[in-house]
Amino acid sequence: MVRSSRRLVRVPIAVLAAATVASGLAACGGSDDSGGGSGGGSDAGAANEASDVGVTEDTVTVGAHFPLTGVAAPGYSEIPTGTQAYFDYVNAAGGVNGRTIEYEYLDDAYNPTNTSQVTNQLVLDDEIFAMLGGLGTPTHSAVIDFLNDEGVPDLFVSSGSLLWDDAEEHPTTFGWQPDYEIEGKIIGQYIKENFPDAKVGLFLQDDDFGENGEKGIREYVDDQVVSAQRYTPGNTDVGPQIAALKAAGADFVAGFNVPSYTALSQLTALQLGYDPQWFYSNVGSDPALVGSLLNNFSKGKVTDAALLDGALTTEYLPSVDQPDNPWTQLFQKVWDASGQEGQLTNYRIYGMAEAYTFVQALQAAGQNPTREGIVDAVEQAGADFEGPALAPFRYSADKHAGVGGMLVSQITGTSSEEKTPVLTTDNGDAEITEYDGEPSTPPSSGIPDVEPVE
Amino acid sequence: MSDLQNAGQTIAQPPAGNPATAAAPASTSSRKGRIPLPQSTLLRHLLAVVLCAVAAVVLLESTDPFRNSQLATLTYYAIAAGGLTVLTGLNGQISLGHGALMAVGAYTTGLFLSADEPLPLPVVFLAAIVVTALVGAVVGAAASRLHGPYLAGATLALAVGLPGLALKFKGTLGGEQGLRVRAPRAPEWFGDAIKTLTGNPATATKWLAYVGAIALLVTYFLLANLIRSRIGRTWRAVRDNDVAAELAGIRLGSWRVLAFVVSAACAGLGGAVLAIVVRLAAPSAFTLVLSLALLTAIVLGGLGSLLGALIGSALLVFLPQVTTDLGSAAGLDGTEAAQLAPFVYGVVLVAAMIFAPAGIVGTIRLRWLAQRAKRAVARETGR
Repeated sequence: MVRSSRRLVRVPIAVLAAATVASGLAACGGSDDSGGGSGGGSDAGAANEASDVGVTEDTVTVGAHFPLTGVAAPGYSEIPTGTQAYFDYVNAAGGVNGRTIEYEYLDDAYNPTNTSQVTNQLVLDDEIFAMLGGLGTPTHSAVIDFLNDEGVPDLFVSSGSLLWDDAEEHPTTFGWQPDYEIEGKIIGQYIKENFPDAKVGLFLQDDDFGENGEKGIREYVDDQVVSAQRYTPGNTDVGPQIAALKAAGADFVAGFNVPSYTALSQLTALQLGYDPQWFYSNVGSDPALVGSLLNNFSKGKVTDAALLDGALTTEYLPSVDQPDNPWTQLFQKVWDASGQEGQLTNYRIYGMAEAYTFVQALQAAGQNPTREGIVDAVEQAGADFEGPALAPFRYSADKHAGVGGMLVSQITGTSSEEKTPVLTTDNGDAEITEYDGEPSTPPSSGIPDVEPVE
Repeated sequence: MSDLQNAGQTIAQPPAGNPATAAAPASTSSRKGRIPLPQSTLLRHLLAVVLCAVAAVVLLESTDPFRNSQLATLTYYAIAAGGLTVLTGLNGQISLGHGALMAVGAYTTGLFLSADEPLPLPVVFLAAIVVTALVGAVVGAAASRLHGPYLAGATLALAVGLPGLALKFKGTLGGEQGLRVRAPRAPEWFGDAIKTLTGNPATATKWLAYVGAIALLVTYFLLANLIRSRIGRTWRAVRDNDVAAELAGIRLGSWRVLAFVVSAACAGLGGAVLAIVVRLAAPSAFTLVLSLALLTAIVLGGLGSLLGALIGSALLVFLPQVTTDLGSAAGLDGTEAAQLAPFVYGVVLVAAMIFAPAGIVGTIRLRWLAQRAKRAVARETGR
């Protein structure tokens, strides 16, 4: 209802440029809108209403920006297909409160200028209810102010930067995955306990990602770090960095880098005859993607991810190499039912898990969700959402950070072996503790059932 | 490219060079069936600017906020492309570094606006223009001795290297993540003016679109006058035959540098508008792809023509979105629809090279001139 003024803008009245005409049209707009919105207003509480932008009686529209073309597309472009598959699954079962979820994702090619354009399109033209899982730190930074200014819920950003957890400055923005700082802390503690004599080298992407991770690691093993090397995304020669790590005598290298740099660092180390214990943070460790990149970069000389064998990494979601995990089974079922091309991958699981959390948030926001309502709902109920993530979210009124824990595992072949239980912690000097909750299992329907808040 | 342009130009030149029509400007306006245009170039251009301003207001007020935002995007591309078309079309220098020059403008704007008490927007824009023009002068000085592919190579280095500075000076320039730009809010008088004028609410998007449109009109007005002035004629002389130009007493080097400076200043303003529209200046926004996109825009539109630069920029902004929408409407999923956009863009580029090698505006102008020549011949023989 409130939105009638928005529609008005489209009416080509400017040519006339007369205030009288405009006021006449304003009246038209009002009556037009009430015609669309009615249809059961009398028995409030029982009927669906078009309660906010992007919400109609039978649909909710959400949008996202992803790199579907360009250098960042391999892997990441699969995430929205997973999200789409899960929404299709929910819609086939009747949707949420009788509303089907319409999901629209656009390509930003990992370029912030494009992100700003496609976000304008999603918010102003397609009139989405909420942004869901927009990917990338530099890309999403470009639109976070805009989304907050417009009051668009900016849910579950697909990036582990600390930027998304700032309830004061950006009240509608929520992180989703564990942030890089707590990941660094968990890695740091693992090194301290299991490799107390190791000389640690750090291989870092030169932005928030590497910086937050380094901060976390150094909280535990600052005295063990012998060298910290940074690479600039886009520069494919990591020879100097790897050589410097070797020269510093590092026998344990922890990497906060993206998958293509996992492959590059492995190949470069192979050339230099350098064989430390590797630890890749979650982002850079997907064996399937790294394997195909290795094959690609080495022009077929290295055919799979065997180089990664024995490397350590972290996990916070079930993965495709755990076919017995009930969540993986659910996601496999959802993916098969969606009929989209390709196999289930860890990136698709990521997308489905985000979609799962969104469905929970939408349920918590009640029958007639509003933009403010869903933000409140995540703040109030988000910490209790049970889902595929191994540890709970840290949502509250003044904390918008995502999953608060992960476990350390070792890559063996295409599978992995858990080295620690799920460890939970928080930013700053919060302690790392073992997660004592039961591992969650999916509901038999595969669709969450969260009570509305209030 | 420059050969084609030369061809177009040589056809375009005869009326001016031909003694019979040397008094063309005076006679054309009085010819039967023509709209009488003011004889002074300045007046004519002013009239065009006023008409375009009215058109811009009508366009911005009759479209929804999303189209407003697309038009804002169009303005910064068009400003930079206008500068580039002067450099490439008029002076015959190829620059692959205009994306980097836009970065200079964008970062300057971002830094000035991050001050506690930011200067007024026009002052910030001027600062961005001056800083970029200075960078342009340095690059132009180095480039004034280079030609064709060598100049392309030198400016290519600029496009690749300059964004790296943002990573080097991470503290001030924000590194890979970029510098957040605080877009100034619309002043109250703007909201009031829009309300009384049209009754529409004035959104932030609309304000930015208006800022972009004003910057675009001012830039094109100045450029159009420059093109028609002695400076523009000298640039064309340098482009068409540098030996002849030198014999006529033109110092090639300094004229080339001047062209580069003017062009850089436009890129700087384009970058400044980009910064406030996108609200971010990040290195990943100013890659070589941006420089190539600008070059593509002016080639598609027609080298040396401001209208062509505008049309080319419009293609750059609207084509991907329209293609993606058509793709989704045809039942493709999001990923496939997104991949369709670069494909169609490529096809359009190839098609333009085959069927309209002088660009859209260039080809139409050629056709029109050929028609006119034919009619003139018919008149001559019929007399």
